[in-house]
Amino acid sequence: MSDLTKSGAAVGEPTGASPAPTAFLEVRDLKVHFPTDDGLVKSVDGLSFQLEKGKTLGIVGESGSGKSVTSLGIMGLHTAGQYGKRKAQLSGEIWLDGTELLSADPDHVRKLRGREMSMIFQDPLSALHPYYTIGHQIVEAYRVHHPVDKKTAKRRAVEMLDRVGIPQPDKRVDSYPHEFSGGMRQRAMIAMSLVNNPELLIADEPTTALDVTVQAQILDLIRDLQKEFGSAVIVITHDLGVVAELADDILVMYGGRCIERGPADKVFYEPRHPYTWGLLGSMPRLDREQQERLIPVKGSPPSLINVPSGCAFNPRCPYADIPKDNVTRTVRPELTEVDTRHWAACHMTQEQRERIWTEEIAPKL
Amino acid sequence: MTTQRTPGRRKQAFAAAAAVAALLTTAACGGGDDDNGGSKSGAAGFDAANNKVAQASEAKKGGTLKFGGAQDADSWDTTRGYYGFMWNFARYYSRQLVTNKTEPGKPGAEITPDLASGLAKVTDDGKTYTYTLRDGVTWEDGKPITSKDIKYGIERVWAQDVLSGGPTYLKDFLDPKGEYKGPYKDTSKDKLGLKAIDTPDDKTIVFHLPTANSDFEEVLALVSASPVRQDKDTKSKYGLHPFATGPYKFESYSPGKNLTLVRNTEWKQASDPVRKAYPDKITVQFFSDANQLDQRLLNGDLDLDINQTGMSPQGRTTALKQHKANLDNPVSGYVRYAVFPQSVKPFDNIECRKAVIYGADHVSLQTARGGPVAGGDIGTNMLPPSVPGAEGQKYDPYEIAGANKTGNADEAKKALKACGKPNGFSTTIAVRNNKPVEVATAQSLQASLKKVGINAQIDQYDGSQTAGIIGSPSNVKKKNYGIIIMGWGPDFPSVQGYGLPLWDSKYILDSGNNNYALIDDKKIDGLFDTYVKTLDDAGKTKISTEINHKVMEGAYYLPFTFEKFINWRSDNLANVYTSNGYSGMYDFVNLGLKSAK
Amino acid sequence: MLVVIVMVVFGIFFLVPKWAGVDIAASFVGKQADPASVEAVREKLGLSDPIYHQVWEFFKGIFAGRTYSGGGDVTQCAAPCFGYSFRSEQAVWPVLTDRFPVTLGLALGAAVLWLIFGLAAGVLSALKRGTFWDRGAMVVALAGVSLPIYFTGLLSLAIFAFGLHWLDAQYVPLDQSFGGYFGGMILPWITLAFLYAAMYARITRATMLEILGEDYIRTARAKGLKEQVVIGKHAMRSTMTPILTMLGMDLGALIGGAILTESTFNLPGLGRAVLDAIKTQDLPIILGVTLITSLAVLLANLVVDILYAVIDPRVRLA
Repeated sequence: MSDLTKSGAAVGEPTGASPAPTAFLEVRDLKVHFPTDDGLVKSVDGLSFQLEKGKTLGIVGESGSGKSVTSLGIMGLHTAGQYGKRKAQLSGEIWLDGTELLSADPDHVRKLRGREMSMIFQDPLSALHPYYTIGHQIVEAYRVHHPVDKKTAKRRAVEMLDRVGIPQPDKRVDSYPHEFSGGMRQRAMIAMSLVNNPELLIADEPTTALDVTVQAQILDLIRDLQKEFGSAVIVITHDLGVVAELADDILVMYGGRCIERGPADKVFYEPRHPYTWGLLGSMPRLDREQQERLIPVKGSPPSLINVPSGCAFNPRCPYADIPKDNVTRTVRPELTEVDTRHWAACHMTQEQRERIWTEEIAPKL
Repeated sequence: MTTQRTPGRRKQAFAAAAAVAALLTTAACGGGDDDNGGSKSGAAGFDAANNKVAQASEAKKGGTLKFGGAQDADSWDTTRGYYGFMWNFARYYSRQLVTNKTEPGKPGAEITPDLASGLAKVTDDGKTYTYTLRDGVTWEDGKPITSKDIKYGIERVWAQDVLSGGPTYLKDFLDPKGEYKGPYKDTSKDKLGLKAIDTPDDKTIVFHLPTANSDFEEVLALVSASPVRQDKDTKSKYGLHPFATGPYKFESYSPGKNLTLVRNTEWKQASDPVRKAYPDKITVQFFSDANQLDQRLLNGDLDLDINQTGMSPQGRTTALKQHKANLDNPVSGYVRYAVFPQSVKPFDNIECRKAVIYGADHVSLQTARGGPVAGGDIGTNMLPPSVPGAEGQKYDPYEIAGANKTGNADEAKKALKACGKPNGFSTTIAVRNNKPVEVATAQSLQASLKKVGINAQIDQYDGSQTAGIIGSPSNVKKKNYGIIIMGWGPDFPSVQGYGLPLWDSKYILDSGNNNYALIDDKKIDGLFDTYVKTLDDAGKTKISTEINHKVMEGAYYLPFTFEKFINWRSDNLANVYTSNGYSGMYDFVNLGLKSAK
Repeated sequence: MLVVIVMVVFGIFFLVPKWAGVDIAASFVGKQADPASVEAVREKLGLSDPIYHQVWEFFKGIFAGRTYSGGGDVTQCAAPCFGYSFRSEQAVWPVLTDRFPVTLGLALGAAVLWLIFGLAAGVLSALKRGTFWDRGAMVVALAGVSLPIYFTGLLSLAIFAFGLHWLDAQYVPLDQSFGGYFGGMILPWITLAFLYAAMYARITRATMLEILGEDYIRTARAKGLKEQVVIGKHAMRSTMTPILTMLGMDLGALIGGAILTESTFNLPGLGRAVLDAIKTQDLPIILGVTLITSLAVLLANLVVDILYAVIDPRVRLA
């Protein structure tokens, strides 16, 4: 663990400065930087949020926005198994159930991994070891944290496979990952993640690699399981449709920072950031007749090395030229509360945004 | 990631070898402090066994005498072996009617009775040789050796189709027309159908030569005249386990790996005036790598090199620096030379041949051969010093070791003028590609000839195909090989055993030719004819000298060196001496050990 | 496949001497050869028969044994007859069976060493990549790959056998003396292993670095597995796949004879047999060893394929 600079209170972000967290999971001013030959890559640059048990947080953003880096940061996977000279630099605080993870003993964090918090990865084919059976891998995950014999662990594995809806689990337990279909593999992956009844489940793009029909099943499964186990869930996705079904809260990331955050219905129906509008516009909707072609957010994601001053979204913002009062362009817009528990970071006035949303954006969606 | 694995490029290899040589030199410094010459336990001193006996009194009975070698014998079958060291070593397990004296230097080349009770009774103007066998001579199973066993052993030389490889002098001398077909095709009941040999009783053997040959007894001293018992003749496989008549017999033999001889308990000292049989056991270990062999010698793991062809350059350097007292520097019996085929112009003209002899830098040629110690003295004529009748450097018609030592350009140009090539000429030097030293001499010769206007190209040919390439006169002419680099040693120490195939016109062959110069001189042919009819040694010696002079007067050859080499003897070796009978090798048969370690 | 290889080897051995103008029979007879005995030897060796006949006889000999006769001499070569060396008057098969254990022992012993040290060095330098240890190990590996065997071999002999006298460094068969065998083999093993350990270290390092970037390694860590288990089990299992392929190939090739090592250390193995045979133009031995080498490589391929299936379940179904 290097470079634990706890840079003071987060600037303008909704974090309590007091070190005693009330939430089950609280992330405060998390920064994850990677030194490279080209310079310091600021993948996550001051992120804060809270999550309660039994709730689901959806983190949304395009590739490179820092959402996966955040999840790996929570899991402690930036420091575990990082060899060589160049190590990721993490700062800020991650409180899980009263424990600060960044400053905790790495071996303690390791023991939490897989038991307190576990993770479902995007591509179950590459995320499962090709040379070991599904059963072996689940048994292994169980036995790291439970001192039981192999037989007991295997019974548990079969039980979990059954629970995630794999037919003939007592047979399939001895199959290899390549012998499963994509959806089955992801179910197995979920079974493995939940084998220790984790309090926090992070699902990183859990459905991206799957067929549309299978996607829905997997999302249903995650929702059901969450209800059953009462875990806190973080769903990471670039697809607003996924979080629409699952999330209680939504956090939109752009260029390593949070640009909008709030309850799911607020973010969906009263979004207050042009980037969120763009995301909504690019989302296929089944409940509405498609009037126009999908509108992707124009332009490309910002560089994370030489972050320009001012609003990171400015180069791509269709409303960048709208006259704004008392605003210095080179100042980064801070998250401000636009409604109860709803924050957005935009230089436009709330009125301007409300007007644009209701008059220009919403009718087209 | 590359998986390239080419371990050695040539340059690297040389650099590595040099570095290793340097390391070996320092590493071998270990225990060389008992090298003070002539001490009882230590080495006898430099050249202490060269033509004299070293530490004869120190030899004790018993112990294991350990040979090492980089090359196995061509065959241990007495009929089939042709390597000099094999003939030398074969005396451990085989006896002949007569053999070389076990004495150092010149007398070592003389003949002494072995199985025979005395030297031959020669009658019928040198055409009949009669021997009587000694009493008490036995095979390794205790049965007596009879005259018929000797006859059968000799008859095997006729079976060249089965027993190829060995010398065929016996056949050439006794049955030059090849009337006898060999024992395996012999229709007579006892398979003793060769008419040239009579065995009136088990103790008597009579040889009838169609024409006299004064070297016949020399030929009978070759191991190819050893007795072989018919019931023990395994034909082509006899070399794997020859049935012993000498003091030692084969215990085990694994070709190319090792050979072990143990005492033949049926052999009786009283029946053998020649062999002392000091050690109890004799082992030979073969190596693929000459350096490894030299290291084992230096390290004291082995007593001597069975091949007796000198140490390799690395081992020699170390040994000369640190263990000089363990070395001898004898003359090998080989003459190294260049020969001028007369079929290739302008070498049909004696003056052009002389031009090359005068133009060559003889000191530089000697250096290319390895210098005075490892290479040998500058050769001044064609008869090896170990052969009776040789005069060594005393006979130097072209002042090769004298005034013209470093080349005489004036004389060379004079000769070129006389040859009608005042501006020189161009020719090709043929040299074996597998002998680096010969290539070096060719380059040295090329450089010095250039100075007198003779432009020589060097052609390195496949050394394993010598017989087919330079042994074919038509090919030599076609390839314009005006100068051929070669070397030659005697099969047995006489002018006939050395020079007949080189200089007699009858030996000019279409293939496998050794008379490279294509010498067709009635005088030389006549001298050889006279030689074989001359029975007294003084007369033979005189003719030998004369033949050598005639050859040199013809300027067919440019001798480089009377070859010498450096051989190793361990501290533990006693009764060591070199013998002219085996071209400067140590006489193996009577080597002893100081302690039975 | 097997037949093709055998035919190719044969083609080389029967045709090349012809093209090169090597007369085996003549080189056999010696200094004083007369044409009649050359012809007789040619007849006995079967060299005057057409090539297809020679090949057929050879194959028949493998299963039925062979009898060479000529000039009143009869030589039996019992099945499996892989030819008969008239140079050293012995059947090729016993030579092969006599020498094979030496070479096998050399190859296996060295393989154990180079696997241990190569893998350890490769894994360590992958985990410590970019550090002093990584660079140091890779420099040593580069030296190992580029230094020729006869250099390292002679050097180790000079130091340990002739300099310090720690070892006798002479080959002793295993059935004669256990300690003697190890004393004689340890330097060849180390020398050979040095070369291969270097290659294996490099391959291991590269593979390990690649594997460490795999998703399933991240999954293993996400499960809370200890880092030793992540590396030692999950990463190693995958790293072993290319290593085993290489090992199979290398062992196959070495079984054909580690010529340099065997000649440097004077080990009576197949490599030395073939080297000596080349020196003396003993074609049957060269042919026999080459055939065995080809077979060994083939067999090694087969074993590698089987091992692959054992290691990688994805291959099993295919």
